[in-house]
Amino acid sequence: MKHLSEQELVEYRYADAADRAEAALHLHECAECRAAYERLERVLAAVDALPVAEPSADYEAQLWRKLAPQLADRKRGFDWSAWREWLAPRRLVPIGAMAALILGAFLAGRYLHRPDQGPNVAVNNAQPAPQQVRERILLVAVGDHLDRAQTVLLEISNAETDGTGKEAKRGEVDISQEQQRAESLLAANRIYRQTAEHSGDNTVANVLDELEPVLMDIVHSPSKVSGPELAELQKRIEAQGLLLKVRVLDSSVRDKTRTPAPQPGTRGL
Amino acid sequence: MDRMDGGDAAQVTRALGGDQDAFRALVERHGRRLFRLAYRMTGNENDAEDVVQETFLRAYRRLDRFESRANFGTWLYRIGVNCSLDMMRKRKTESSQRVQASGDDPEASDPLDNVVSTDPAPDRMMLSAEVKEKVQEAMKALSPVERTAFVLRHFEGHSIEEIGKSLGLGAGATKNSVFRAVQKLRRQLEPLVSTGE
Repeated sequence: MKHLSEQELVEYRYADAADRAEAALHLHECAECRAAYERLERVLAAVDALPVAEPSADYEAQLWRKLAPQLADRKRGFDWSAWREWLAPRRLVPIGAMAALILGAFLAGRYLHRPDQGPNVAVNNAQPAPQQVRERILLVAVGDHLDRAQTVLLEISNAETDGTGKEAKRGEVDISQEQQRAESLLAANRIYRQTAEHSGDNTVANVLDELEPVLMDIVHSPSKVSGPELAELQKRIEAQGLLLKVRVLDSSVRDKTRTPAPQPGTRGL
Repeated sequence: MDRMDGGDAAQVTRALGGDQDAFRALVERHGRRLFRLAYRMTGNENDAEDVVQETFLRAYRRLDRFESRANFGTWLYRIGVNCSLDMMRKRKTESSQRVQASGDDPEASDPLDNVVSTDPAPDRMMLSAEVKEKVQEAMKALSPVERTAFVLRHFEGHSIEEIGKSLGLGAGATKNSVFRAVQKLRRQLEPLVSTGE
């Protein structure tokens, strides 16, 4: 007799199990699983017994007294909470990386082409502006990011459970490596999306915006997904045409980075 | 969360027109329940109060983005979930920074904590205060996403689909977050609540 797994017991408890009647029948017949289920219920009962702080009788009045003065300012005011969120320590590492990238771009723009400058060169048209160099370096970074994202999406899309029919349903796929990669991509994705939004690059921002919840979904999935769970992830990637969008954007970004920089004495882009 | 009655829609329209009393009515209607959710999620009264305030401030600022066909309570609740998540992440970061500064291992705990008690049942009853403390610790040990998924499923009775929408996760990932939360609670608490069968 195959016993119910820990996950199946939890899904039964919350009525989330696909085959609840089958699980109920098994629990009725199997003393071992029944005991495990009772232990689970005792744990959850202990959690239920945790007292909840009850606000005072005049809580609403107190709350309003605190809120009212802030409403007029906040309606039109600057969204400091967004900045607090931006400057949260967990974001400082990618922000630091981005700052280093921009600093590198600035220094590259300032010094890289200096030896090529001749006395007769029309400086205005002679070299890429630092802004162009910055954009180019950012494009390279976004291109690499899209490459890595594409690999993760492709691996998930092409993954297969081992078996067919009933077996396929029971079969599991280990996606722990893809999850680790998706997790590291997630933080970078947020930064690139926000940068693209700030610079008004809607095409890049929109694709990264669609990519973000899918990466999050992969990160929070079980490390070994069942056939239906894998199919759900694949469906989500497929339904949005995400892989194609990432591929097209990646190709367009790569094209832009391959466009030669203006040479001294030539016209700009 | 209670489904929005006609009153909410009318108050939202009036509040959008600049009527602060209308917004006050919404605060009075939803504040208490929002507090309970925030308390369950953050596990701290002061943090819960801050979350409720921030939720209403964010809602007020974004009121013009609220679609009148939608349910105001659900919309407000989602903002509350996000504010609670922000607060939990902030507290986690502060806590890990404190641990790093003191050089302690965040995973380390008193080995005696994990010893299965063999005390007879009557003595166990006297440990209820300790059990409560352990339950609080076990809840704190959950990740913000796990805790949110668990609170919304276990205490609030939200469907997997609703929780997924609040967290931006698919059904599989949401179910897994609930499962991981229960699994962690079980590992921490089962020795304390078992009756020694």
